[in-house]
Amino acid sequence: MKPSKRTRSSFRRQKFAGPVLVVAALLTVGSAFSIASALPSAQKSEVSAQSTLIGEGKQIFLKGCSSCHGLNAEGGAIAPSLIGVGAAAVDFQVGTGRMPMADMSQQAMRKKPLYDAAQTAALAAYVASLAPGPASVDPASLTWERDGNVAQGGELFRTNCAMCHNFAAQGGALSNGKYAPTLMGVEPQHIYEAMITGPQSMPKFSDKTITPAEKLSLIKWIKAAQTEPAIGGASLGRVGPVTEGLLVWTFGLGLLIAVAVWLAMKAR
Amino acid sequence: MNSEHNNEIEVARFEDPGLPAHVYRKTDTDARAANRAERQVAALFLLSAVGTVGTIASYIFIDSKKFIYLPVLGDTNAQQLALGTGLAASLFFIGIAAVHWAKTLMPDHEVIAERHEFRSSDEDRADFVATVKERAGAAGLGRRSLIKRSMGIALGLVGLSPLVLLRDLGPLPKNDFATTSWKAGTRLVTDPGDRPIKPSDLEVGAVAQVLPALAAGEERTLENVGKDAVLLIRIRPEEFNLDAKRLSWTHDGIIAFSKICSHMGCAVALYEQGTKHLLCPCHQSTFDVTRAAKVIFGPAARPLPQLALSLDSEGYLVAKQGFTEPVGPSFWERNSA
Amino acid sequence: MKKSEQVAGSVASYVDDRTGAAAWAKKNLTKVFPDHWSFMLGEIALYSFVILLLSGVFLTFWFDPSQQQVIYDGSYAPLSKVAMSSSYASTLHISFDVRGGLLMRQIHHWAALIFLAAIVVHLLRVFFTGAFRKPREANWLIGIGLLTLGIVEGFLGYSLPDDLLSGTGVRIAEAIMQAFPVVGSYLSYFAFGGAFPGHVFIPRIYIVHVLLLPGIFLALITVHLMLVWYQKHTQYPGPGRKETNVVGYPLMPVYMAKAGGFFFIVFGITAFLGAVASINPIWLYGPYTPGQISAGSQPDWYMGWMDGLVRMAPPLETHAFGHTISWNILLPGLIIPGILFAGMAAYPFIEAWISGDNREHHLLDRPRNVPNRTALGAMSLSFMVIALANGGNDVIATHFHLTINGIMWFTRIGLFVVPPIVFIITKRICLSLQRADREIVLHGRETGRLVMTPGGEFLEVHEELTPEKKWTLTQHDQPTPIALPAKGSASALSPSRIKDVLRSRMSEANATSVASPTETEARELESGHH
Repeated sequence: MKPSKRTRSSFRRQKFAGPVLVVAALLTVGSAFSIASALPSAQKSEVSAQSTLIGEGKQIFLKGCSSCHGLNAEGGAIAPSLIGVGAAAVDFQVGTGRMPMADMSQQAMRKKPLYDAAQTAALAAYVASLAPGPASVDPASLTWERDGNVAQGGELFRTNCAMCHNFAAQGGALSNGKYAPTLMGVEPQHIYEAMITGPQSMPKFSDKTITPAEKLSLIKWIKAAQTEPAIGGASLGRVGPVTEGLLVWTFGLGLLIAVAVWLAMKAR
Repeated sequence: MNSEHNNEIEVARFEDPGLPAHVYRKTDTDARAANRAERQVAALFLLSAVGTVGTIASYIFIDSKKFIYLPVLGDTNAQQLALGTGLAASLFFIGIAAVHWAKTLMPDHEVIAERHEFRSSDEDRADFVATVKERAGAAGLGRRSLIKRSMGIALGLVGLSPLVLLRDLGPLPKNDFATTSWKAGTRLVTDPGDRPIKPSDLEVGAVAQVLPALAAGEERTLENVGKDAVLLIRIRPEEFNLDAKRLSWTHDGIIAFSKICSHMGCAVALYEQGTKHLLCPCHQSTFDVTRAAKVIFGPAARPLPQLALSLDSEGYLVAKQGFTEPVGPSFWERNSA
Repeated sequence: MKKSEQVAGSVASYVDDRTGAAAWAKKNLTKVFPDHWSFMLGEIALYSFVILLLSGVFLTFWFDPSQQQVIYDGSYAPLSKVAMSSSYASTLHISFDVRGGLLMRQIHHWAALIFLAAIVVHLLRVFFTGAFRKPREANWLIGIGLLTLGIVEGFLGYSLPDDLLSGTGVRIAEAIMQAFPVVGSYLSYFAFGGAFPGHVFIPRIYIVHVLLLPGIFLALITVHLMLVWYQKHTQYPGPGRKETNVVGYPLMPVYMAKAGGFFFIVFGITAFLGAVASINPIWLYGPYTPGQISAGSQPDWYMGWMDGLVRMAPPLETHAFGHTISWNILLPGLIIPGILFAGMAAYPFIEAWISGDNREHHLLDRPRNVPNRTALGAMSLSFMVIALANGGNDVIATHFHLTINGIMWFTRIGLFVVPPIVFIITKRICLSLQRADREIVLHGRETGRLVMTPGGEFLEVHEELTPEKKWTLTQHDQPTPIALPAKGSASALSPSRIKDVLRSRMSEANATSVASPTETEARELESGHH
């Protein structure tokens, strides 16, 4: 498990969220740790704050999540148990807007998050309090810009990720209408959390098979792919030869034939 | 629907009125229009010249690392774009100018040319046949059957030597298709990274791309990877639906399959954790991990070969034995019985 | 005489004294070419070939066709220090460190896609207008040969950079070789110099791509054009156009200017595509290794139909006597393409046999007047389009929120159901168009103007067609089916009798048409009206 210390920051409502978040973040991780290690006495005072947060999270959970996931997050016919999924899973699913789902479709889509950062942190704290699981990832701890190796990241990506997310991280089709989403615009902490929690169809990538340092390299490569310039002109969606063929048959041949028609037309 | 009309004898069909009268263009009748067309052609040629100058200028003066933002295209390499559009203009406008010139100023009277019949006259044909017969007779092809037959043998054989000379294009496959580097006790190591793996390193729902560990001094070639690549998956042991033998090849919910598709050899690495299906991105064969990679969709005819797992003395995952069947696509000598 | 004319004159005499070319040149400079946009499609292919030669030579100056592993140290940072083959590294070098290199690569690849697309539309034009009929069967065969080799050439070309996508394609090609019964594994080991991917395949296909196949192309294209030249171009039917003449513009100057100009236009448009649209961004794919793969791995479009067939193939293998035959590879990868191309090559001869038509044809058919052929063409086209669509089913699925499994089943069934439906519908459309032609010739064009008769009735004024138009719509032959010969003494099941029956049945279907209106009918109608 990654010993990170806080939950995600918010890029919305920053003024209000900041202080709350720091507290919330510390507590969330603390809750995961409390199982494994004895709590240092210095943090005793925070325990009560933490339980408040967990309480808040539980209230949000009962209102927004329990109808599918069960009153005690034990899961139901249409939704999995959340016991042991950890704060990271909550932060990923709720922070990217996937949860709560808009409808019971094949797959939860990324959308505008319903809960703000503080609410997400509270939810995460509640779910983390049920059983130990991966903690949320603090963006500040992801020093990918400094420590990542983009070329190594590319190699890891092509071996572990490209088969679903495509060579340029544009996403791809899975079986029966499921799909691997595009990684364009995804935040580093969410990429990290996805790797350690394995949301939806995605498998988990343990820290032993892809080390935390390698994960930073992966993030660096994905960030590079997100800002990859259109070196040779319009990128055509970076999905391979399909769109290239389409362009040739429409624009290319269309223009050539249009010119041929003009060429063979008698001038007036 | 077939009509009887065309069987009647005295049916008058419509007649060919012949080539319509020539319609003169504006440039034929109006000198000013002609002059305008001339100026247009000239302007188009000059546009091409501008394109060429632009191409050369951008080759020399634009920094090849400079990017500019353009709508639709995005951040584009300035030099590549300028060179390309300049070149395109220099070529395109020559063409447009020439065609415009031809259409407006060159004579546009349609010309009729008669076709010649391809068929030679009957005499020529007869002469030809006679000549061939006579010449062939002079060579004695008909009479001297010994020559004819031996020539047949010689010509029939002569093509064989180049074929034989191609033999050294490659070695004989021998048993290579059926073998991999996996042996009993070979450690599974991460790809990339070459780190050995303990069962505890994989959580339920985790995958790892693995290769066989290298012995000291060994190097891993792409040929090895092409046969050795393996996917390691961990699920809950109770989710397996395997016979006793295959179950004994797993370790505590960890199962390993050859990553080389049994259909056409692509890397079948697309694992859907939710459904526990493996999907090949090339031709979409779908394999069920819980049932020893049984094919449940797509063109693959065989499951992916399963690699038997066990632990070595240090607790790392190793192959219990090599693959018991050839990995990858089928081939003639493959015995699947 | 002006000075320049004197010089030209003396050059001409010098050449003619030694070759006697003046008479030939005089005749050919006034050679007549009919003008129609659809006659330019083959030229697009020809010019794309020239563009391919020019841009290809440029690329060879830097490309290193070697599978030696090197460590990349060029200017594309995301691949810095990555191990890759020299092929891949030198392609990166062309793309990032040779000024105009990426442009040339993109022009080369776009030109290849246009080359094959133009060959296909040219082929369709020739097919639907019956331009393949006697005496042009040989040129049809050469065309099929060029298309086949073009597909191979294109595949070899995009395989050269040794990137992850093309390497995957080569892997699949290797699997097809391996699938050949009896000799498969030998074929693969000889082609790759041992186990896949080996170190010799790219150098080998390089020489095939830049020397062997272009040489064959040059030879075939030369013969193709010489035959067009010698046999003279076909022309569309119309007033003054006969089987015995050719109506158009002389080579010099009009056709020279137009055809020459068109070369520059094709080159210009290709260069424009190369400038503004990215193609085969190999730096994104990464170097090839057999352990990696990208979602949505497809070939270029001209192989896409075959990949689509492979995807939808049934999971069939025969295991017997210790041997394996992979029908799931052989069927879509060799047998069906083989049947399609052999059928295409044989079509002119099959049609001539069915119709019994042994005459020379220089006037083209209007597709509606040959419903069977047109329907067959449309049917084959629908087959290819369905196969091609399945070749991109993953991209279609993600972009239109469909499922790959759904598309796969749709195309699996559609491949058998849609083409016959297309055949029937196309044939009906052709016959309706023939009927419309007949109507319009006999009753004139509806003008939309209403007039009131003295009796108070409203009638729409019909405008009579011009004689030119009438001729164009009625000049075609009325096909007559071959009657079934008398049975004679042969048994009903003897091969020759079956052949006769088959021929006369097909001939009858082939001859289905609406009677072309005649002058006689028009006159009868007129006398009936008044």
